[in-house]
Amino acid sequence: MNYTALPGFVEQKESFGETTITIDAAHIRTACAYAREELGFEMLVDLVATDYLGWGSKGVSGYIATASGRDINFPSTQGLQTLPAVKPKRFSVSYHLLALRQPPVRVRLQCWLDDGDELPSVISVWPTADWHERETYDMLGITFDGHPHMRRLLMEDDWDGHPLRKDYPIGGEPVRFSDAE
Amino acid sequence: MRMLLCELNRIHSHLIFLGTAALELGAVSMFWYCFRERELIMDLYEMVTGQRMHTRYFQIGGLAEDIPEGFYPQCREFVEWMPHALNDYRTLLDRNKIWLERTKGVGLLSADDAIALGQTGPILRASGVDWDLRRDQPYLAYANVDFQVPVYPEGDVYARYRVRVDEMRESTRIVDQCLRRLERLKGQPWITDDRKVVLPPREELHTSMESLIHHFKIVTEGFRVPEGEVYVPIESPRGEQGCYLVSDGGPKPWRVHFRAPSFVALEATATCTHDALVADLIAIVGSLDAVMGDTDR
Repeated sequence: MNYTALPGFVEQKESFGETTITIDAAHIRTACAYAREELGFEMLVDLVATDYLGWGSKGVSGYIATASGRDINFPSTQGLQTLPAVKPKRFSVSYHLLALRQPPVRVRLQCWLDDGDELPSVISVWPTADWHERETYDMLGITFDGHPHMRRLLMEDDWDGHPLRKDYPIGGEPVRFSDAE
Repeated sequence: MRMLLCELNRIHSHLIFLGTAALELGAVSMFWYCFRERELIMDLYEMVTGQRMHTRYFQIGGLAEDIPEGFYPQCREFVEWMPHALNDYRTLLDRNKIWLERTKGVGLLSADDAIALGQTGPILRASGVDWDLRRDQPYLAYANVDFQVPVYPEGDVYARYRVRVDEMRESTRIVDQCLRRLERLKGQPWITDDRKVVLPPREELHTSMESLIHHFKIVTEGFRVPEGEVYVPIESPRGEQGCYLVSDGGPKPWRVHFRAPSFVALEATATCTHDALVADLIAIVGSLDAVMGDTDR
């Protein structure tokens, strides 16, 4: 299938048998409408956002070596062998679309956002996006422009912060000598 | 075996739906009948995995342990009994006037609405859309078994009940086919011997240095997953259960997100209750079969 005609098309990638289309964030609503009307993706299966703050830096998946590989001079090197590819912005928002036909076609539309950026809501294209967008707002603090009631869904109304952000404190008290800085 | 347990779980889930949905509409005896068969499934589960619920038996590379002695005959007994139980349910409900009047034509969801609302699984099939990931996008060994996908066009509570009862029947058939196959495979290994992902057997640790290293590496660090992102959907009892996973190339996932069918099903409540009576709400929510633990994950 040819995806280059999608409004806001940036690039197309194939990995692990899945197609990922990067879409310019400002055009996501028109792109979704186009995918639904012209390409036949009737269903929005899932909408998920990811925070890439600290992606590829030390302290997340254990010790991480340099970009070229592990540092063999450093003791107990575990974690990554190489640094993962750099992401364009902090947040990614992925729309998993499905075309109900034989064989089924799935595609992931993805757009990239910085902290504080707004994304057009796709409720007008798929009403199911309502709760998905609210959950995304609740968990990661990404707001959707044009959503009729952008409120928290899972957490309490007066909750502080967005729990799935990588800079959200995960609790615990600082202990002396625990940090060897 | 995994497929067999998945199907048992599907029957188990639908039994709970049927029992509680009927209970909510006043058919208390249905609840006891359903939980009677549910108990049989739980016994099978306990036998295989040691736990009745929230079992941990599937592993990367295979199963945690061998299938125990005595599982096959007991499971076969269940497979032979289940169609009779399903006939009982049908007799109990299909001539029950209260059940019929409270479910037929209630909670209507058209096929277009169901698709726009992202509904999957029994709800979608009860709205007349012929869609089942087990058949359309086969995983495990679903391509090798014979089963029908029940579809009802009415889109009401009654259709959802019919879809689920029919699905239990089909699942029983799948379990039967799996059993036949498994009985021929007796004595085969239950897990891969790839030491990069599976712990070596305990007795090897005393004699083999490599096993000890593999054991240590897997326990302390885990194994690496290639960098990238994937979305893997399966047909769970309630519909499409998807798992979105982002890996940075290390042993721990960067982001895991589950697409929960209950979350999406509950969203359809508003559309289904359009033009309905308040008293029908309980029938409608019951028929959407949303489980709160699944909804908020």
